[in-house]
Amino acid sequence: MRTTVASEYSAEVHHVPIEHRFNPYSDNGGTVLGIAGEDFAVLAGDTRQVEGYSIHTRYQPKVFDVGDDIIMTANGFAADGVALIDRFRNQLKWYKFDHGGKKLNIKSAARYIQHLLYGKRFFPYYVHTIIAGLDEDGKGAVYSYDPVGSYEREQCRAGGAAASLIMPFLDNQVNFKNQYEPGTDGKKKKDLRYLKLEEVLELVRDAFSSATERHIYVGDGLELLIVTKEGVRTEYYPLKRD
Amino acid sequence: MNHDPFHWGRPNQETYGTYNYNIAQASNQQHESQLDDFPKMHTQQPIITGTSVVSLKFKDGIIIAADNLGSYGSLLRFNNLERLIKVGDETVVGISGDISDLQQLERILAQLEIEEEIYDSDGGHKLRAPHVHEYLSKILYNRRSKMDPLWNAVIVGGFNEDGTPFLKYVDLLGVTYGSSTLATGFGSHLAVPLLRQLIPNDIDYTKVEEEDARKVLENCMRVLFYRDARAADKYSLVTIKSQTSESGSKQITFNHEKELKVENQSWKFAKDISGYGSKQL
Repeated sequence: MRTTVASEYSAEVHHVPIEHRFNPYSDNGGTVLGIAGEDFAVLAGDTRQVEGYSIHTRYQPKVFDVGDDIIMTANGFAADGVALIDRFRNQLKWYKFDHGGKKLNIKSAARYIQHLLYGKRFFPYYVHTIIAGLDEDGKGAVYSYDPVGSYEREQCRAGGAAASLIMPFLDNQVNFKNQYEPGTDGKKKKDLRYLKLEEVLELVRDAFSSATERHIYVGDGLELLIVTKEGVRTEYYPLKRD
Repeated sequence: MNHDPFHWGRPNQETYGTYNYNIAQASNQQHESQLDDFPKMHTQQPIITGTSVVSLKFKDGIIIAADNLGSYGSLLRFNNLERLIKVGDETVVGISGDISDLQQLERILAQLEIEEEIYDSDGGHKLRAPHVHEYLSKILYNRRSKMDPLWNAVIVGGFNEDGTPFLKYVDLLGVTYGSSTLATGFGSHLAVPLLRQLIPNDIDYTKVEEEDARKVLENCMRVLFYRDARAADKYSLVTIKSQTSESGSKQITFNHEKELKVENQSWKFAKDISGYGSKQL
């Protein structure tokens, strides 16, 4: 018998019986944010994990130091996020075994993650992936991906539930979009410059406390990982728990 | 381009003619040879089910409870199921959801215990809660990825390597999380708020005495029995705690209590309910 899968489009007319299938995905909320500076990069995520209207836990970290001064997060469907990061960690370990402990470049890590994601093109990891670290010149680097592996290097990127709330704020405050020199009558754009670490941390905290106000999937705590040439360090700030 | 969600991205039929579904097995229609077959089926829904598992940490261990009922839809089919499973010396696994899948997990965990005993012949390694949880989460995630899930939500309790209490959840999708207060199913709506009253912040479990934890857990089982139509008043409870003896060495005790009853029920409110309960007298 020919059947088709039940869809969200309830009004749709079917000519064959519909199948009510097991749904292998869920949305576990949360939001993440990465910003690159001149000689540092930060990746931050809230620590709430949800399903529907239930808060499963108020502290479940989702940004990880995966080794070689690369930090990584995969936000969306939590089980896929964990699976993807586990696979990358494992491959990094084997890369080191096979190449005498050689350090993996963030550029190479980025390309490899594309292959991990695209490898499951027809049963995707339902996550928004971001990695951050330092490039060959010691400059901050942030790479971001869609669920099937399309990626690009950027100065900043927000992902997850509140990405649409945070990203425009970042466009304005990191890349100075729609900002002009005073007194030029909107003729001269504000010059781009690297932000200092203190400025970035302030932006990140503001972004998350604002997203917490407006999005029910965001809150409880903010965990921030910072990469500098000294290595990776972690900071934690509480967010509203309502 | 065709924008019908079932044919999204395919060339338009009017322009390019009928799509050749045999290209690179791109078909979302079944192959001709299968046309008369019944669709392939896996576990599509749980049959006999166990309801909530409720658990929390306290200052020297964890407590976990689950009732002994197996429901067949709304029929109370079995009343003698044990849903708290001991694994190794100091780990408990509480399972809700499909009972046949529970029994499958029971066998998998027994096998894990046997293999651990064989391969760790020098006794240098101990099978602890984090290992059991990681193992179970890989099994459940693997099965969901095959679109053939084990229809359960599982809580694993025990101790970390460093002796601190461990409590973590994993479900049929492979979603995992840890907390000082955990419950599955209805319990996540009814019990977790009561548990979080005792442990508002995750770290506060270090201030909670065993008696207080137990009292709150007993209350949770009572509230669940009041409001969860698939819950029973007979339940099992496991307490695992680590105590420091006079000699200074740590001793772990695993206490499995069975056939406990929900005590001190009060149905006094019932006489005041009329109609559908929304009417105030």
